[in-house]
Amino acid sequence: MARIGSSFPTVASLRVRLPPGTERRRLGGLLLRSLAGIGGGYALAALATVVLSLSLPLARSEAVLVATMASFAVHAAAIIWAFAARSALRAVAGLLMAAALLTLIHLVMQGQLP
Amino acid sequence: MKDGFRQSMAWLHRWAGLLVGWVLFAVFLTGTAAYLRPEISYWMRPELALSRPGPADAEVAVQAMQAMAPNSPSWFINLPDERDTTLRVFWREPGPRGRGFREAVLDPATGHPVEARETLGGEFFYRFHFQLHYVGVLWGRWIVSICAMFMLVAIVSGIITHRRIFADFFTFRPGKGQRSWLDGHNICAVLALPYHLMITYTGLVLFMLMVMPWGVDRAYPGGRAAFNAEAFGSAPPRARAGSAASLTPVLPLVQEAQRRWGGGRVGRVVVANPGDANATIQLVRADSERISYNPQSLTFDGPTGALLQDSGEGLPAAEVRGWMYGLHIGRFAGPLLRALFILSGLAGTAMVATGCVLWATKTRQQAARQGRVGFGTRLVEHLNVAAIAGLPLAMAAFFWANRLLPTGMPQRADWEVHVFFAAWVLCLLHPLFRRGRQAWVEQFAAGALAFALLPLLNALVTRRHLLTTLSEGDHVRAAFDLGLLGCALLLGALAWKVARHRPTPASIRVPAAIPRPGRSAEPAR
Repeated sequence: MARIGSSFPTVASLRVRLPPGTERRRLGGLLLRSLAGIGGGYALAALATVVLSLSLPLARSEAVLVATMASFAVHAAAIIWAFAARSALRAVAGLLMAAALLTLIHLVMQGQLP
Repeated sequence: MKDGFRQSMAWLHRWAGLLVGWVLFAVFLTGTAAYLRPEISYWMRPELALSRPGPADAEVAVQAMQAMAPNSPSWFINLPDERDTTLRVFWREPGPRGRGFREAVLDPATGHPVEARETLGGEFFYRFHFQLHYVGVLWGRWIVSICAMFMLVAIVSGIITHRRIFADFFTFRPGKGQRSWLDGHNICAVLALPYHLMITYTGLVLFMLMVMPWGVDRAYPGGRAAFNAEAFGSAPPRARAGSAASLTPVLPLVQEAQRRWGGGRVGRVVVANPGDANATIQLVRADSERISYNPQSLTFDGPTGALLQDSGEGLPAAEVRGWMYGLHIGRFAGPLLRALFILSGLAGTAMVATGCVLWATKTRQQAARQGRVGFGTRLVEHLNVAAIAGLPLAMAAFFWANRLLPTGMPQRADWEVHVFFAAWVLCLLHPLFRRGRQAWVEQFAAGALAFALLPLLNALVTRRHLLTTLSEGDHVRAAFDLGLLGCALLLGALAWKVARHRPTPASIRVPAAIPRPGRSAEPAR
């Protein structure tokens, strides 16, 4: 049995005290964060690459190179964010907001918005 | 929760590191070996005599290619230098798609394929470290790139997890079980941190257009040729004229290039459409002379030798990429800097290894308190042995195969590689039949023995052993034999260390003595 009385509870002792369903919720949160960070982060990095490639005020090839080289930093930052955010839903919301901002910049730069 | 951020980063660090740790270990170790690619290749072809690169090498190579591949659409000729004294040539197969490559290693004295045993040499470690083996080239590159991305995340989250990055330089508490592993992990990681960040990020950049093609595809809907021309100044290849014309002698072009580059050396010759009136000869400056890998090159008209293009410094971003590329492969580095690169690579290898071991030690301690050790813990411990202790043994087996397989055997080079993987698979099975640390000790000891006996085996089956190489001034082969003994010492020391290690009462009590309250509170959220 777990040593509930010890000053620092072990993982096992916590598991015993958790209400049923909490463990599943925790795993669900981790899954969502992983998907958001890895998949969503890649999509965000790809979007950032496209937007920067098309809108950086540089020669076209230079813009592509800068954007693509920077994309891994974007992806890494997205993964860090996905796991740092206070809740899994906030993590997803943050990535969506970043994507929306990039899309807005893209539309403005393309002259499709005032 | 004040420490919540750091806790979640610690979690991320542990799992990002563990999931790909074994691949990263192999990539780091074989990548470190790849810094010595020419030296390994030279040692693995004991038939080659000590030779010096000469001015006629390019001409010899072009003559040889004309005999071997007159109809190929393009030849790539790597000229010999001090480190690699062979002519390494590649050419495209003639055909509608022109995608297949063939290659050969030529003797610069004769232009014939080298009279040496068939082997991949150091090329094997070099290629394995970015595209693995037995899986398609693209699959391998994708897998390694994804692992590199995990590595980047592990590094960043590891830095965040650290409160005391500076103090960790000076902290090593040996003989304290898990504490010592953690200290060792931190020292390897922090001492060479700039190197780890550099090598991981630049590694990603090497294959960035494969992993992240979306920018270039959107900006250049017409295809990559236009991008390559704008970014790297590589002129699109001229179309074949269809009428035959012979190539001009190459030697004067090489001399012209050396004059223009202030004595700089030509490293590579690329001939497009040889034998055609629209042939071009491109001379590329040796990559040992500049950090940036962006080729400085001169392109000449094939039949007349007239200069068509002189591409030098690229635009800033292209140069940054060239620098990243050059930093990663480290070919610019002289002996001292190369030694530092190798030490840093070994530090990275040790960082990954200690990280994997640390994970296993921690979970086992947690499991011990619960009274049972789960399958996951045992799996990680098992794979740790096979990856960390097994890979050096497999590398030794590769060298043994090089010396022992009969020279005339068909597909000899492939069989050397098969032996490497067979030895590794044995290392994967071996821990099944051993208890506790025995598997570690035996594999490290076997690796030490295999490396220690290699110079001896070398003396028995070749003429290029320490006694002759030292007296003939063949420093590369002599140093290589001594280096093998160095590897043996290192592995032997590890075996001895693990065998002598007795879990002290301190190492068992450590987790209770240095509590991490936040970590155990984590699952409650």
